Amino acid sequence: MYRILQKRSLATGIHMYEISAPEIAAKALPGQFIILRVDEWGERIPLTIFDFDRKSGSIKIIFQEVGFTTKRLACLKQGDFITDIAGPLGMPSHIKKYGRVIAIGGGVGAAPIFPIVRALKEAGNEVISIIGAKSAETLILQDVMNNVSDRLIICTDDGSVGEKGFVTEVLQKQLTGEKPDLVMAIGPLPMMQAVSELTASYAVKTLVSLNPIMVDGTGMCGACRVKIGEETKFACVEGPEFDGHLVDWETLIRRSTMYAKEQELILGEKVRSGGGCGCHS
Amino acid sequence: MSFITAKHPMPEQDPRERIKNFKEVALGYDQETAVAEANRCLQCKGAPCQKGCPVGVEIPAFIKLIKEGDFIAAGNKIKERNNLPAVCGRVCPQENQCEKQCVLGKRGEPVGIGRLERFAADFGAAFDRTAQHLSRQLTGKKVAVIGSGPAGLTAAGDLAKLGYRVTVFEALHVPGGVLAYGIPEFRLPKDIVKREVDYLKSLGVEIKTNMIIGKTFTIDELFTDGFQAIFVATGAGLPYFMNIPGENLNGVFSANEFLTRTNLMKAYMFPEYHTPVHIGAKVAVIGAGNVAMDSARTALRLGAQKVTVVYRRSEKEMPARLEEIKHAQEEGVEFLFLTSPVKLIGDKEGWVKNMQCIRYELGEPDASGRRKPVAVPGSEFNVEVDTVIMAIGQGPNPLITQTTDGLMSNARGNIIVDERGQTTRLGVFAGGDIVTGAATVILAMGAGKQAAISIDQYLRDK
Repeated sequence: MYRILQKRSLATGIHMYEISAPEIAAKALPGQFIILRVDEWGERIPLTIFDFDRKSGSIKIIFQEVGFTTKRLACLKQGDFITDIAGPLGMPSHIKKYGRVIAIGGGVGAAPIFPIVRALKEAGNEVISIIGAKSAETLILQDVMNNVSDRLIICTDDGSVGEKGFVTEVLQKQLTGEKPDLVMAIGPLPMMQAVSELTASYAVKTLVSLNPIMVDGTGMCGACRVKIGEETKFACVEGPEFDGHLVDWETLIRRSTMYAKEQELILGEKVRSGGGCGCHS
Repeated sequence: MSFITAKHPMPEQDPRERIKNFKEVALGYDQETAVAEANRCLQCKGAPCQKGCPVGVEIPAFIKLIKEGDFIAAGNKIKERNNLPAVCGRVCPQENQCEKQCVLGKRGEPVGIGRLERFAADFGAAFDRTAQHLSRQLTGKKVAVIGSGPAGLTAAGDLAKLGYRVTVFEALHVPGGVLAYGIPEFRLPKDIVKREVDYLKSLGVEIKTNMIIGKTFTIDELFTDGFQAIFVATGAGLPYFMNIPGENLNGVFSANEFLTRTNLMKAYMFPEYHTPVHIGAKVAVIGAGNVAMDSARTALRLGAQKVTVVYRRSEKEMPARLEEIKHAQEEGVEFLFLTSPVKLIGDKEGWVKNMQCIRYELGEPDASGRRKPVAVPGSEFNVEVDTVIMAIGQGPNPLITQTTDGLMSNARGNIIVDERGQTTRLGVFAGGDIVTGAATVILAMGAGKQAAISIDQYLRDK
């Protein structure tokens, strides 16, 4: 059982939990993730480690309420317990001095990109960060991202804060200037695809972090397989970071919808045992 | 003396009923039938049956106790050698092990040793209230076991009995390994697995779940932490795919994923349990081992209308247990032999809809001694499918070999060991599927037993 030490709401439907998990905190590196199971009835879902504190033995996760499991997770309070957490999983980000890096966090993707940006900065890179959101209400991590970036550019779809427009539009302007050595993008699949297509035309190396459907997270089930170039890879053990120019986006986006019907069904259902927690009725 | 040539039949759920539920198919002998079956045993001198048992259960001795009506003593007799009797009584391929050696098998059917083992184990679990007082001397030494499948649990139990402090590290949230995630409820109820795990806990074995060795801790860190020997029993946890076009279409699963969703995550109780599993009306299962039979029968129970096992060799070469094949046939699973898919074709939304197959014929025997399947050119044909389950085998998971210096594995990724199960790293032993490649529960248990003996020897000499 893993205790929630602190719960904070970052924006509408976006929460941060600090959780006691000393074994994972001791090992976690930027780019890695955990698999958690909320309770006895729960699914196993992957979530990126946002931050970790080796001394206090805690990790932080940030998640957005999208499906049934994240909604259930959001029902927990400070002091409550998460039944299972396993990790740290996946290959850590390859941190080294690239030179000039543009890091893009789309929506809740600002959370997983944060530890990577911090590490890239510590490794001596010049980092320009772009974080995008639908509107000011859903923009997260503005301050912490500002602290670890040389420059932070904010954009929103409705222009309620920062520049009006998508992250790709902001990126486009950056690419026409001094060419970056690396673009790192984390966010919704269509965003990462659009970024990769854009940088491909500028021949800029681009890394993306994929979050496909997973079950065990240790390479056992093969649910998370993604086509990278000519090869099929398991994102849980060989990823989650891959060369964005080699990802077969079409297959990946399609596979991510595999359980859309079941999601709809369970969201509509009054689930019996373990029950609806009541906070989303 | 009258001679009954056939085993007493195993009472089973009617096939028409059982395909609608996940309850156990085989119901087990009652006391009367067990005694009658035990009476068929000739109590041969030299006990040939026992030689066929990878863990050396004293078979004539426990059967004699059943004959005498002392069922609890019979169960305890088995437990002297076998830490998981209720599991073995259900999933061991007895026909190729103990029962193959039974002299009755020469003139009729061998004694139903597996069925008797199951009976004694279940009876003991229900009625044996005697505490497990072990007159063992604690050595004060700590041993780590990685993986809580059949090999790991067996080694853990034996080492605990020898007085070691044993900690088992399991990556998933439930102990049991393949017994928990792979073998379906209708063949091995999870309550039985839990009961066996609880028995090990009663022996003092500590089980830590959610611990991924190679990630959460490395082998080296376990040594630093005071473990003096380590047994790697991580099994065959890497699914193989065929690398044919369309394999990443929606509706295509590895058997591991399909069975894990259903068994471990209880998708058959969705939405009460929250993990879904997608099942179409027409299901193809590729492969013909026990995992394929489990997948096919699970698909039927999840509501598939037509389930076809597709196998590139002939009926004779099917690697699954006879009983599982028989059960699958009774339940309406269809078989397509000498056939293999070459391409999967999807619809506009990316869901698998068709499977292009090619016919095979059997040629000369290959390295495995079986006749090699050879594709017949131009014999392609299409099969309509909406779910495809790949059950063509599993390989070794590389997480531990990747993160442990000096731990050698072969080209297939299996850990290299000597005849005592010792790896190329001092104090690290390995056994079960991680060494042999995917095999059976009982062979893994045999490896676990050998590892316990070797580790005990190693720690005594140390």
